[in-house]
Amino acid sequence: MTAPNTSTSALITASLRSRHAAEKRFRAYGIIAIATALVFLVVLLSSILAKGYGAFFQTQISLSIVFSQDVIDPKKTGDGQVIARANYQKLVRNALQARFPHVKKRREIKKLSALVSRGARRQLQAMVANDPSLIGATRRVWLTASGDADMFNKGAIARDIPEKTRRINDRQIAWLDALEESGALRKRFNVTFFTTGDSREPEQAGIWGAIVGSALTLVVTLILSFPLGVTAAVYLEELSVKNRWTDFLEVNINNMAAVPSIIYGLLGLAVFLNVMHLPRSAPLVGGIVLALMTFPTIIIATRAALKAVPPSIREAARGLGASPVQVVLHHVLPLAMPGILTGTIIGMSRALGESAPLLMIGMVAFIVDIPQGPFDPATVLPVQIYLWADSPERAFVEKTAAATLVLLAFLVIMNATAVILRRKFEKRW
Amino acid sequence: MKKTFILSATLVGFMAMPAQARDQIRIVGSSTVFPFSTAVAEEFGITTSFRTPVVESTGTGGGMKLFCAGIGTGHPDVTNASRRIKKSEVENCAKNGVTNITEVKIGFDGIVLANSLKSPRASFTLRHIFLGLAKQVPADETGARLQPNPYKKWSDIDPSLPGVKIEVLGPPPTSGTRDAFAELALEGGCKTFPGIKALKKKDKRTYRALCHSIREDGAYVEAGENDNLIVQKLESNAAAFGVFGFSFLDQNQDKVQGSLVNGVTPEFENIADGKYPVARSLYFYVKNAHVGIIPGIEAFVAEFTSDNALGEYGYLTDKGLIPLSDEDRKQQTEDAAKMAPLSMWESSLAGNLPENG
Repeated sequence: MTAPNTSTSALITASLRSRHAAEKRFRAYGIIAIATALVFLVVLLSSILAKGYGAFFQTQISLSIVFSQDVIDPKKTGDGQVIARANYQKLVRNALQARFPHVKKRREIKKLSALVSRGARRQLQAMVANDPSLIGATRRVWLTASGDADMFNKGAIARDIPEKTRRINDRQIAWLDALEESGALRKRFNVTFFTTGDSREPEQAGIWGAIVGSALTLVVTLILSFPLGVTAAVYLEELSVKNRWTDFLEVNINNMAAVPSIIYGLLGLAVFLNVMHLPRSAPLVGGIVLALMTFPTIIIATRAALKAVPPSIREAARGLGASPVQVVLHHVLPLAMPGILTGTIIGMSRALGESAPLLMIGMVAFIVDIPQGPFDPATVLPVQIYLWADSPERAFVEKTAAATLVLLAFLVIMNATAVILRRKFEKRW
Repeated sequence: MKKTFILSATLVGFMAMPAQARDQIRIVGSSTVFPFSTAVAEEFGITTSFRTPVVESTGTGGGMKLFCAGIGTGHPDVTNASRRIKKSEVENCAKNGVTNITEVKIGFDGIVLANSLKSPRASFTLRHIFLGLAKQVPADETGARLQPNPYKKWSDIDPSLPGVKIEVLGPPPTSGTRDAFAELALEGGCKTFPGIKALKKKDKRTYRALCHSIREDGAYVEAGENDNLIVQKLESNAAAFGVFGFSFLDQNQDKVQGSLVNGVTPEFENIADGKYPVARSLYFYVKNAHVGIIPGIEAFVAEFTSDNALGEYGYLTDKGLIPLSDEDRKQQTEDAAKMAPLSMWESSLAGNLPENG
């Protein structure tokens, strides 16, 4: 090459400034875009964290409970059924009245009882069921406080606003203060939240039912969509002959991946519930519906992973006498597996966050019992969040945020697994 | 291949599975009754040996559709409703063999128009609400001539109202609360114009369209079905009003205040007495053919209508349900215990059931 003549180099020098400036601007745009996204993410996460953090702790009230024989089993039958059905609420009320003997009026007693959760009776019932010798004894027991008392103790209900506008009245505040002074009020890690199913009492509501429901649903989804998706992709990518028919299939699979999820819910309602008469609200049906939704994602991911395996591998295998099926099963598929698994996990985490299609098949429901199998009525994490967000009780606000945190944690774990798998096993050619 | 085998085996397994027997009550229906129904279901699960019922929130209309689809374990046993069952729904039920239904009225729900505590409490009449929110309003006192809603500020309607822009956050058309609000508040205000009232007899359809249509110029903002969200938005926007159920006002008295309607505050006692004009009855319906087949239905109805639940100091009133008067409630409890069914249903009730709408 000859040296550039002076006029060209002058032109270049002249334009250099503006080209550098454009370069800088472009970089700045990129940084701004990323910064904006990060700011949104931080604001979102910190607001959820700030709201939901409180739900991991729970206010408890210590009371001296008299396990009176007269209340639990007046006829001394010793029958487990009688003991299980006894009026444990009365034990709580008696203990409260013994603690605050000056409270006499019915209305006042009701206000006093409202400080302790309605679920406290289950706690006492379980204690007696575990140890029948408790009957007749007196024990100090830490009982769960009611949602309102809990909210007050956590500062979510302000003390200095007019009494009429408060869920907790002045008398109740005085009682809580008295309990606090005598050391009968404490905040503890909220085990209930991670071990129970849904409840209408916010302090009793837990996420475990939804976690089990989500797990059952995802297992069904995985069992169905993974083998189906991988087989379909292997056939389309490795074994089929390219013609109009496979092109048509390909277009349809890509379309299927873009269909709004609620459509799959409608399909589930029409086919699985109305025609096949599968049970409503069951993780089985939820799993099938989500499998249909995940299936195209897995096909697309699998095909991409198969394409990334270099043709030389296939040719070498064929050259050594392997049959087409052997080429795929012994060589191509194992090499493509990290990519396939990554795609599957990403598809599954999308299924985990899905609630719209489940609405149609009855999984948006109030379910207290923890599901025992794929045929039991169940709900899933995002649905639980939706139901709590719609509940009037103040204490459900923090439960909603806390459940969102749990869902986010699961999503992060799943996506991190996908990243690790890829890092660890992916081969680069 | 092994995988294909497992796969086809699972699929065949699904196909061959028979409809299962059920030992758990299934409830569907109104999202307004949902919080009460679930509270009863939970209590029922704790205090009896039966399993806790599954309660789905499908909306009143959706619930009726599922409820009326047939008899058998695949269909729900109870449906909740924030309005009375319609004639068309009774007919649909009968067509599918669901002829024996018990109706139980459980109480009232007030619909409130509320704003942030940062603003002064407002006082509306039904007519103000209609003029503020309707799509078309009468141009004069008689109501003979109509014009598209010209009002921008509440004070344009009546100088006594706040001088702020009309901005109301409320439920979308799919909501039962919206239906009830249109029927009780808008139609209530609409009727105060003699010209429009006369129209009701002549042309019911035009009358309904006129009285139930909400303006679409941005003054009424559809805020979704989530009432908590409306409360949050009111907190940040002191000039706006929100439309939602009484239980949300009850739980958020430290953030919002209910406006007076026709001079009556939306308080527990006023709604129970029937003084507060924007209140509706809540019901649930039981499929009598399932009683004795699905265990625990009678016990569930008994729990729902018990003093412990529905009484003046019952746990449902804590959840914001406004109870019936004592005599009314006793009557409901008795009727429910007898599972008073169809005969009474067809003769005395079917006559006054609302038409399709």
